[in-house]
Amino acid sequence: MDLSAINPVLLLASLMVAATPILLAAIGELVVERAGVLNLGVEGMMITGAVCGFVVAVNTGSPWLGFLGAAIGGALLSVLFGVLTQYLLSNQVATGLALTLFGLGVSSLIGQGYIGIKGPEFPDWHIPLLGDIPIIGPIVFQHDPMVYVGLLICLGVWAFLKYSRLGLVLRAVGENHDAAHALGYKVIRIRMAAIMFGGACAGLGGAYLSLVRVPQWTEGMTAGAGWIALAIVVFASWRPGRLLLGAYLFGGVTVLQLNLQAAGLAIPVEYLSMSPYLATIVVLVIMSAGRAPGSLGRIFHASR
Amino acid sequence: MTGTLLKLEGLTKAYPGVVANDNVSFEIQKGEIHALLGENGAGKSTLVKTIYGLVKPDTGRMELNAAEFIPPEPRAARAAGVAMVFQHFSLFDALNVAENIALGMENPPPQRQVAARVREVSEKYGLPLDPDRIVGDLSAGERQRVEIIRCLLQDPKLLIMDEPTSVLTPQEVQILFQTLRQLSEEGTAILYISHKLEEIRALCENATVLRLGAVVGTCDPRETSARDMAEMMVGASLHVPEKATADTGETVLALKALSAPAPHQFGTALKDLNITVQTGEVLGIGGVAGNGQDELVAALSGEMKTAAGMVELRGTPVGQLAPNARRAMGLLAAPEERMGHAAAPDMSLTENAVMTGVTRKSLAQRGFLKWKEAKAFAEDVISTFDVRTPGPENAARSLSGGNLQKFVIGREILQDPDVFVVNQPTWGVDAAAAAAIRQAILDLAAKGAAVICISQDLDELMEISDRFAALNEGRLSEPRPAAGLTVEEIGLMLGGAHDMEAAHA
Repeated sequence: MDLSAINPVLLLASLMVAATPILLAAIGELVVERAGVLNLGVEGMMITGAVCGFVVAVNTGSPWLGFLGAAIGGALLSVLFGVLTQYLLSNQVATGLALTLFGLGVSSLIGQGYIGIKGPEFPDWHIPLLGDIPIIGPIVFQHDPMVYVGLLICLGVWAFLKYSRLGLVLRAVGENHDAAHALGYKVIRIRMAAIMFGGACAGLGGAYLSLVRVPQWTEGMTAGAGWIALAIVVFASWRPGRLLLGAYLFGGVTVLQLNLQAAGLAIPVEYLSMSPYLATIVVLVIMSAGRAPGSLGRIFHASR
Repeated sequence: MTGTLLKLEGLTKAYPGVVANDNVSFEIQKGEIHALLGENGAGKSTLVKTIYGLVKPDTGRMELNAAEFIPPEPRAARAAGVAMVFQHFSLFDALNVAENIALGMENPPPQRQVAARVREVSEKYGLPLDPDRIVGDLSAGERQRVEIIRCLLQDPKLLIMDEPTSVLTPQEVQILFQTLRQLSEEGTAILYISHKLEEIRALCENATVLRLGAVVGTCDPRETSARDMAEMMVGASLHVPEKATADTGETVLALKALSAPAPHQFGTALKDLNITVQTGEVLGIGGVAGNGQDELVAALSGEMKTAAGMVELRGTPVGQLAPNARRAMGLLAAPEERMGHAAAPDMSLTENAVMTGVTRKSLAQRGFLKWKEAKAFAEDVISTFDVRTPGPENAARSLSGGNLQKFVIGREILQDPDVFVVNQPTWGVDAAAAAAIRQAILDLAAKGAAVICISQDLDELMEISDRFAALNEGRLSEPRPAAGLTVEEIGLMLGGAHDMEAAHA
C-alpha cells in the first residue's frame, strides 16, 4: 500500500465536487420538510433530473441549459407528488416511494437513446486571484460553477428561513398547519411551492451527476444518493448549516475511501464502500438534538 | 364612545346534517363587553369564525361601522380591525414569542421591533411576557398572553375571545379580566364566548344567548341570575340532580395498603391507600390535579397492576388482573381524558362501544365481533344518555366534548357495573350535560352499585357524594360523611393551602 500516492490537496479539492449532488438534493428536501411535507421521492426526482439534464445538454450543447432542464424536470415530477398529496390527500410516505419507482422507470425510458454518449464539456472555473492562492486556491476556488451554485442555494435557504417573512410563514406552516390556516395563511399553496423547489433542487443534484461527476447517462446512476440526502436532512435536524457539514462529510469520506481503495489498503473493499454512509450517520446522530417540524408528514385538510 | 360597531343580520350557515347558525342577528356596541352564551354545539364557534372570515355564511349580512363587512379570509377581517384569541390551534410551539406574534400581524416590522413592541404592550396591559422565549416552554396562561398581545398589536376595534378561561387558574382569570376591562374603557369592543356563567356575570355588560344555532334571547348578565341564563341556554328548567336517601350495604371494594411507584417522570406515587366502598354509595375523592388521581384510576381499572391483595373486589384479590378481567368481575372505570384515553377519536361510536363493552355485553363470539349487537349497544347508549350525534357510525372525534363525555360514561353505566370508578366526569362539559351525568351516577348508586367519583370540582363532589376523602401527594385522607362538611374542613383535608399555589403555577 502506498499512502503517499494520495495528494491531500487533490483529495480536499474533490471533496466539494463529491458532496455537491447530495448537498443540492438535501437542501431542497430540507425546505420541503420544513414546510411539513415528507417527500420520499428524492431519488426519483434526482434521476429524472439527471436524464433530463443530460438529454437537454446533449441536444443543445449547453450544460447550463441542461441544468435548467434538469431543474424543470425535477420540479415537474414533484408537482405530481404535490397534487397527489396536497389536493388528493394521499399518504405522503406511500406516494413518495411510488414517486421514486416512477422516476427510475421514466428516466430509463427517456434515456433510451442516450446510453454511452458523452455529454458536452462543463469546464472548471478558475476564479481569478482567489484561484491563484497556493493550496487553498485549488481546494476551494477552482471548481465548476455548480459547486458554488449549490453553496449559494444552501446559504440562501439558511437566510430565507432565518430572516425572511416568507421563511417564517413556511416554518409556521410546517410546525402547525391548523394554526397557520387559522391565521389565514395558504397552507397548500406554500407547500406546493416548497415541493417544487425541492424537486428542482433534486433535479439539479441529479444533473450534476450526469453532466459533471460521471459525465454520461447510465440507468440507475444516482445509486441511492437521494436516500442519503433524505437521511442527511433528518440527521442534520433540519438545519442548513449542519446539512452542509453532513454533505461535505459524506463527500469527504467518499473521496477518501476511493483514494484508499486505489492505494491498495488492506481492508476489504466492501468496508471501505460502506464507510461514507457509516461515518455520516454516526457523526450526525451524535450531533442531532433537533426536533422534527410539528406537522411533518401529516395530511392537511382545512375542515379538521 | 357609543354607536354600533358590528351588526349581524340573518346569518345562516348549514353543514351537512346540521344547521350551525340559523338566522342569527344581533349588534355589538363600541367599547362593549358582549357575551355570547350557549351550550356546546349551539353554534358559537361557527358564528365567530364567520365574523373572523374563516367561514362563509350561506345567507345574511354583516356591517362593521355601518359599512358592509364580508371578510373573505382572516387577513381581511384583521385589516378591518377584528382580532380573535382562539381556544386552541393557533400557536407554533417551536417558534419564539416574537415570531409567533409577527405571524399574526399584517405588515410586521423587523423582528427586533416586534420584540420591543411586545415588551411595551405587555407592560401597558400588565401581561408579563418575554418575547425571546420558545412558546413550547410556556404555561397555558402565558400562551394565551401571546395570543392576546398578538391581537392588541393590531389595535383591534373588536376582540373575539373563544372560551378564554378554560385553561386558566383563578389568578390568571383575574389578570385577564383586568386587561379586558382596561381595553373596553379604551373603546375596544369584546365578544366574549363562554359557558361559565359566573364569569360572564362578573365581566360582561350584555349577552346574546344561542341555542341550536338560533338566538333565543338577550339579557344583561349583571342583573340576571346564573340559573336564569343557564335555563335560556338549555331551553328548559335546569334539572338539579337529586340524591335518593343512601342505602348502603355490604363492602364491595377494598383498597388494602395500596402503594405504587410513580409510573413516569411527572407522575405521583401512591402511598398506603386504605379505604372500603359499600354498595349503593358514592365515594367522592377530591384533590388538586396531579396528586395521584390518574394513578389511582389506573390502579383501580387495571391499567397499572399492583400486588394482588392491594385491591380486593368482593373479597377476591384483583390487583394483578388486567382491565378486561376486572370488567368481567364488575369493576369498570372511565378515565379523565375522553379523547384518546376513554375513546379512540377516529373510530366510530360502535367500535368505541365494543372496546370496553365486549366482555360484559358479550359482543364477541369465538373471536368474531357481533356487529349487530354492538351497534344496538351503541344506539342504546346514545338514546339513553341523549348523546347528540347523527348515529353510531360517526367518529368519536365528531362529537362535542359534552356529548362524547355522556357517551363514554353511558357506555360504562349501561354495562351494569358493581363498582364504577370515574375521574372528572363533568370536566369541560356544559351545565345541562353535567347535570345529566351527575344524575346518571346517582341513579347507578341508587340501583346498588358502588361509585368512586374523583373530581377537582368540590361543588360537584358535595352534590353527589355520600362520603368524601381527599387525595394529597399520593395519600388518601380518612373518608368523612359529605353531609355537613364545611369548606374549611375540606380545605384542611386537601392538605391546606400549602401546595395549592405550586399545583396551579
